[in-house]
Amino acid sequence: MSNVLAGLYYTKDHEWVRVEGDKAYIGITDYAQHSLGSIVYVELPSVGDEIDMDDNLGVVESVKAASDIVMPVSGEVVKINEDLEDNPELINEAPYDNHLIAVTLKDAGELEDLLGKEDYEAFLAEEE
Amino acid sequence: MHPYLPNTPEDDKNMLDVIGLQSTEDLFQSIPENLRVKGDLNLPKSKSEIEVRRMVSALAAKNESVDEMVCFLGAGSYDHYIPSIIKTLVSRSEFYTAYTPYQPEISQGTLQSVFEYQSMMCALTGMEVSNVSMYDAPTAAAEGVILASVQTKRRKILVSETVSPETKSVLETYLMYREVDLEFVKEKDGVTDVEDLKSKLCKDTAGVLLQYPNFYGVIENVKEMEALIHENKSLLLMSVDPIALPILKSPGELQADIVVGEGQALGQNLNYGGPVLGFMAATKKLMRKMPGRIVGETLDREGKRAFVLTLQAREQHIRRFKATSNICSDQTLNSITAAIYMATLGKQGMKEVATQSFKKAHYTFMELTKSGKFKPLWQKPFFKEFAILCPESVDTINEKLRAQGILGGFNLRKINDSLGDAMLIAVTENRSLEEIDRFVKIMEEI
Amino acid sequence: MAYEKLIFELSKPGRKSYALPEDTLSDMNVSDYLGSEYLREEELDFPEVSELEVVRHYTLLSKKNYSIDSGFYPLGSCTMKYNPKINEEVAANPKFARLHPFQPEETVQGALEVMYEVQESIKEISGMDAVTLQPAAGAHGELVGLMLIKKYHEMRKDTKRNKIIVPDSAHGTNPASVAVAGFDVVEVASHKDGSVDIDSLKSVLGDDIAGLMLTNPSTLGLFEKHIKEIADLVHEAGGLLYYDGANMNAIMGIVRPGDMGFDVLHYNLHKTFSTPHGGGGPGSGPVACKANLAEYLPVPVVEKKEESFYLNYGLKDSIGKVKNFYGNFGVVLRAYIYMLSMGHDGLKAASTNAVLNANYMKESLKEHYKVAVDETCMHEVVFAGLKEKNSEVSTLDVAKRIIDYGYHPPTMYFPLIVEGALMVEPTETESKETLDAYIHIMKEIAREAKEDPSLLKNAPHDTPVRRLDEALAARQLVLQWTKE
Repeated sequence: MSNVLAGLYYTKDHEWVRVEGDKAYIGITDYAQHSLGSIVYVELPSVGDEIDMDDNLGVVESVKAASDIVMPVSGEVVKINEDLEDNPELINEAPYDNHLIAVTLKDAGELEDLLGKEDYEAFLAEEE
Repeated sequence: MHPYLPNTPEDDKNMLDVIGLQSTEDLFQSIPENLRVKGDLNLPKSKSEIEVRRMVSALAAKNESVDEMVCFLGAGSYDHYIPSIIKTLVSRSEFYTAYTPYQPEISQGTLQSVFEYQSMMCALTGMEVSNVSMYDAPTAAAEGVILASVQTKRRKILVSETVSPETKSVLETYLMYREVDLEFVKEKDGVTDVEDLKSKLCKDTAGVLLQYPNFYGVIENVKEMEALIHENKSLLLMSVDPIALPILKSPGELQADIVVGEGQALGQNLNYGGPVLGFMAATKKLMRKMPGRIVGETLDREGKRAFVLTLQAREQHIRRFKATSNICSDQTLNSITAAIYMATLGKQGMKEVATQSFKKAHYTFMELTKSGKFKPLWQKPFFKEFAILCPESVDTINEKLRAQGILGGFNLRKINDSLGDAMLIAVTENRSLEEIDRFVKIMEEI
Repeated sequence: MAYEKLIFELSKPGRKSYALPEDTLSDMNVSDYLGSEYLREEELDFPEVSELEVVRHYTLLSKKNYSIDSGFYPLGSCTMKYNPKINEEVAANPKFARLHPFQPEETVQGALEVMYEVQESIKEISGMDAVTLQPAAGAHGELVGLMLIKKYHEMRKDTKRNKIIVPDSAHGTNPASVAVAGFDVVEVASHKDGSVDIDSLKSVLGDDIAGLMLTNPSTLGLFEKHIKEIADLVHEAGGLLYYDGANMNAIMGIVRPGDMGFDVLHYNLHKTFSTPHGGGGPGSGPVACKANLAEYLPVPVVEKKEESFYLNYGLKDSIGKVKNFYGNFGVVLRAYIYMLSMGHDGLKAASTNAVLNANYMKESLKEHYKVAVDETCMHEVVFAGLKEKNSEVSTLDVAKRIIDYGYHPPTMYFPLIVEGALMVEPTETESKETLDAYIHIMKEIAREAKEDPSLLKNAPHDTPVRRLDEALAARQLVLQWTKE
């Protein structure tokens, strides 16, 4: 059973979003890190990049898979998690403590299209 | 009963019994009758080895190999010395009947040999990463050019006209339907026209491909062009002859970003053009986007050093549509061949092969142009190949040479009419001075 | 004790494993002709070893490899059949191996005849009208075939067609080749038995579809019964059909792709036609097509005029060249000898036996491994791991335990539409005794999975190296040897 935290938004692509003021932190869920296996590399965008919802923000690579990460919301990248460059396995160890990027939200209304904890758990139950 | 098919009628019956069918015909019931082949394929019947050998003899007799002629022909395929141990080692069935090393525990032979190949290619080219192999120089160049475009997010690729015709042709085909625009930089006096390069470099130029030595054997002034290319934030791609690198400035020393080339000269036979060995080496920065397989060193669960295919997440079997390339089968056995060649020639030998090829080519050049009958096409530094202007058609001269047991050089008029009756001559360490002197004498008399 | 040294670790300054003739041009110096700005400064750090050391090193390395000559390799989709030695003998003949590609055609008539005959044989086996031997591998052939399709539509000024349909069961090279050829991919669903979902297909067909890529038998080892209907649907919609010839070993002399409705295909000479895998290559991926695509084939094609053969560069609408020279001639030559040896009767017998052997393995293992589709299969059978669900033991663990018994595992985790897939392709060159031995150990392993799963989880036990840390390899990249 994978871990799903309260207080976060989720997507069907197994990303989580934590909103802090006008910033959104984006990462991948416990289910995602478990499916990928040992993560070996993370490709992230650059600070300043403007990326729309549903567009590619980066790639998370494991030994046996490469997962394209898609923006759950639109925004401008203000922070990338540089720890992941040398220690990508941090995502396996603590997927909710290690965001990929932080963005300033372009349109807070987009958050309404995301899933809450219960909806995501129900979605996971269907997948399994 | 064919020697490769062990099943006896008894075996057939036993297996069919287990399966629950009456005859082998029943195995194909799912195939619609109207699609089935009627009768037999219109091919000859099976043959024994005795018959095959007889047929092969007749076919072989219609070929004249370079062992029966003295070879001064190059143009991308070279008659270099191949040490005898290469054939013995590469003919070991553990190497050639093995599969791709996806199960590393039982493939350390292949994996370590290729790791050693990668290491030596990095040392030779002065680059940080090498992949296992590509099909040949032209396709390696095509993949390199695509990589440059993806990396820089720019659309234009500049290719010097002094790059080999085969490479230029393959590039045109590979890029035909892709979002990459190919433009050629003019040749001037046997080298890339730097003024033309300057005028064509723009902010959409992803990279520039040069050949080193170029198709005409000339060693270009890469340093001058490198400065311009990098100032423009484009990548420098070089297609190189690995045999030259022990004595010429390495692509790494010249600040190349992507190095490709033809490894046929590293111990592969001529093989009528294939299989050969494309290679690609690059800077660490480009590593994750490089096509092809890459072997890495790691530890096993007991802490022992071991080798394994790595960075597989770039490849087709994982990335599928988003893979950096579609390459799957490559030229692994040829890279193992190259590794054995490089280990055999070693530090001193690689240098000696390059030096002897260089000197013998320059000796041939001096002797041939002494009398004035043959003029150098250009006065430019060269490595092991050079072009001379002939008083009559190169094809005619080559026919006369063949009658004397000599395989003459490449007819440059075939690829560029404006060069006139020019012959591209290659001389390797495999040529003796007697052979060269005889060649020169006959050329003077023709 | 397994051999553990790298060639660099054997090196000793001054050792030589080569000899060149004495340099009689000793009064010439490279620096007389090239200024220092052209000359290499970095020392070339290559090994210096003696000849016996090189021989021993690679001989000992080779002994760490599993290979067809030493064991059974039931790798689904790879067709690891016996590599005949007569093929090697001919390929080593200097009259073939020592030919320069730019020699005058009169001096290579034997080589050109070999290429011509292979072209003709492939036409007959595939039911197609024209062939190119230029592609160096299956994926390379896929690229060529897709480009032919693109050119076809371009010539008919039908420029909207920028998509290729690929089933979700396809081999990874298919969608990758689609991307390299400049198309977009449209995935279509397969049924549980690996056959194309025709409704799904109908829903994506339109005037933006250039073609469909398919293999038959499918990657589940079953014959696509509705192929004629599929072909008709795609053709009616204006598209062409591409055949991935990787599974041709099931149907030689029994059914031909050209007769099924395919317009263009590639073959893998290193699968179906017995040429060796070489640890990953070289292969060869000839492409064959119907007459409507023939004029776009890469140049040159080998043609016959009266009694002699020549290289025809004159196809004015050709897509150009995709490889230097003419393809992997040495590999094509080996395939030619194989075709000569087997003949029409041998090729058909090969396919028949390949299918027989695969069905025998299916029936013998289905009590212990979950058959993905319990129907008569073709040359390969797919299992979705162990029959008895075992949460402790994965397909990977089963595979590693097979190694302990001295065999190579089957293909793992392909096709993607079967969870924990194990794809078994015995080929026709294996004896019933070999199949029985493998069946026996597979049953043993199934029993072990229940009674003592740690045996699987810790496998392999006896190999020179065990369960490599692939994550470490990818995180801390060591891609070449460096002097400490």
